Amino acid sequence: MVGGAERLIVTAREQILGGVRKALSRTAGQPPLFETAPTLRIPRSDRNLYVDLFVQKLENLGGKSFRVRDTAAVVPAIAELLVQKSAVASNSPFLRKCGVTGLAQVHAGFTDREELKEACAAADFGITSVDYALAATGTFVMLSSHSEARLVSLLPPAHIAIFPRSLLLANLDELLSILPRPADQTSSMVLITGPSRTADIEQILVRGVHGPGEVYAVIVENE
Amino acid sequence: MKAPETEIQQAINDPRLQLAIYTGTGRLIDHRAKVVGAEELPDYQELRNEAHAVKKHTIENLDYYLEQLESNVIAHGGQVIFCRTGEEAADFVLNLAKERGLHMLVKSKSMTSEEIDFNERLERHHLEAVETDLGEYILQLAHQRPYHIVAPALHLTRYDVARIFTQELGVENEVVIEKQTRIARGVLRRKFLEAGIGVSGANFLIADSGAIVVVENEGNARLSTSAPKIHIAIAGIEKVIPRAQDLAVFLNLLGRSATGQPLTAYTSFLSGPRREGEIDGPDEFYLLLLDNGRTKLLEDPEKRQSLYCIRCGACLNHCPVYRKIGGHNYPWVYSGPIGAIITPQFHGVTEDTWLPFASSLCGACAEVCPVKIEIPKLLLKLREEVTQVKRKEDSDVMERFAFQLFAWVAVRPKIYLLLASLGSLFFPLVPHIGPLKKWASQRTLPEPAKQSFHQWWAARKGSS
Repeated sequence: MVGGAERLIVTAREQILGGVRKALSRTAGQPPLFETAPTLRIPRSDRNLYVDLFVQKLENLGGKSFRVRDTAAVVPAIAELLVQKSAVASNSPFLRKCGVTGLAQVHAGFTDREELKEACAAADFGITSVDYALAATGTFVMLSSHSEARLVSLLPPAHIAIFPRSLLLANLDELLSILPRPADQTSSMVLITGPSRTADIEQILVRGVHGPGEVYAVIVENE
Repeated sequence: MKAPETEIQQAINDPRLQLAIYTGTGRLIDHRAKVVGAEELPDYQELRNEAHAVKKHTIENLDYYLEQLESNVIAHGGQVIFCRTGEEAADFVLNLAKERGLHMLVKSKSMTSEEIDFNERLERHHLEAVETDLGEYILQLAHQRPYHIVAPALHLTRYDVARIFTQELGVENEVVIEKQTRIARGVLRRKFLEAGIGVSGANFLIADSGAIVVVENEGNARLSTSAPKIHIAIAGIEKVIPRAQDLAVFLNLLGRSATGQPLTAYTSFLSGPRREGEIDGPDEFYLLLLDNGRTKLLEDPEKRQSLYCIRCGACLNHCPVYRKIGGHNYPWVYSGPIGAIITPQFHGVTEDTWLPFASSLCGACAEVCPVKIEIPKLLLKLREEVTQVKRKEDSDVMERFAFQLFAWVAVRPKIYLLLASLGSLFFPLVPHIGPLKKWASQRTLPEPAKQSFHQWWAARKGSS
């Protein structure tokens, strides 16, 4: 950047912060008189009910759930969906454990951004695991990492998320109590609540605009 | 500027438009009502109080939280650029694109960018900015500004969209909404994969995390912030909140108030460029913090609550005025009740003096506002300011002259009596005199008495 532009930016910063302080009668670096305490509302309900609630909430949004007993039952559960389809799987160890990455039509093991982008743009399905899931809203919580790229759950027209039931939390409040500062771990945490949707034309609901129009959850019970 | 009376009449007299606004806002009203009720969300009123308290606290210590935000963005490898004006924000993006030899960027929905005519500024310098939110994309093709904060194409029907698509994209006439959506997906998908820069807005800025939060339904914001190698976020300085944990309150209110969703389809919590080991995501992250007049709004302790707004659009949907006159008859991109209180504060009360008066003060806006902004109270305050300014200006000259004249006449009985008798003679002409015509058209004027009090008194004395 040229020197002139840099000076301009410094001035804008000083001017804006100075203007704010003047309007509020504050001095530079002055801490707030008090701090607000966030209220988190975590229901103390039976964890066994979370699966039912999650399934119901996701279905209300137009998503679909499969409940399977163990990891061995995952591949048979999604086999029918994947007949004659192509899929990209994330690098999540849990998918490997379930045997998903071994399927012939599933491309996995991407570490290069451009190759991944191309594969995701061409695939029918994106298969991932999740970091957490929220029962109250039917939400997948995904933190970007070497195991989970951002685009696998985004570019293909359908998304399958496979995860153990132990990752189910009550709600957003519980998630934020476990992860009070998500940015310490990742550049991107996304909450996915059902299929991509719009109501921009006549306020009428259409699923699958830019993200997946079909969303499937495969919940492994004994994990 | 005066109220655009002709355009307002046109909007009111257009049955197709009235139906579109009425059903569009009506659906949003219904969706919201279903998810803020006592059964669905027992703590709704408490959440509103908490949201108000957090916003109040943050705005009152804004410089502190902005500096905290800035240092945390930098700690995560991003850059923060303070911009006094829209021009400074656009210039930064133009310079960056020029430096990297880029000619096109994709953009997700951002009212802040609308506020500064971002796209037009870039296009003047041949940098193409493609709107990717379906509603915004349709409007960009039709060269219109958003009709509504949340539902930008609220005023258009599927037939309007079909016409815009055939004209601008050269596709076959298509009136099925699903298929129209698919057409847009196809065109925009290529743009996402080609673009070197993605621009987003931000619903919240998180000071303790150096993060931005983007709330959306389509996935275009995720694509804009994840596919291109550069991510630029533009946000007003008032969007900052102290902690990620405060989102428990705000996310619970925003989606419900806007579209009746407990959570929208996607909530992205983004901080800096991709980290070591992450496979995708941008290599560079810039956060443009825009003032553009916001510091002016901070001065008045009461009016500064206008900056608490989280842009849910609920006040528009519930406003009897917005629902009749529509979004394009407001002078700025922010329409409805919230527009009526922030526009005069940004542009000066002398600019659109009619705006604070374009309200029945029914209070529906304040009742549905998730952060409890006292909109009717602020409207009254702005009315007061408009009137004060006006009194100092034009109306004063005529008014003062009229009262001086009256004072002069009132102490000269003969002239007074003469004028009074002339007055009753000319009284029937009042409804036909230029400026009085309009006033009298809505009123029945009393007949002047046949005899004045003085005449009657004189006659009475004579008879006794």
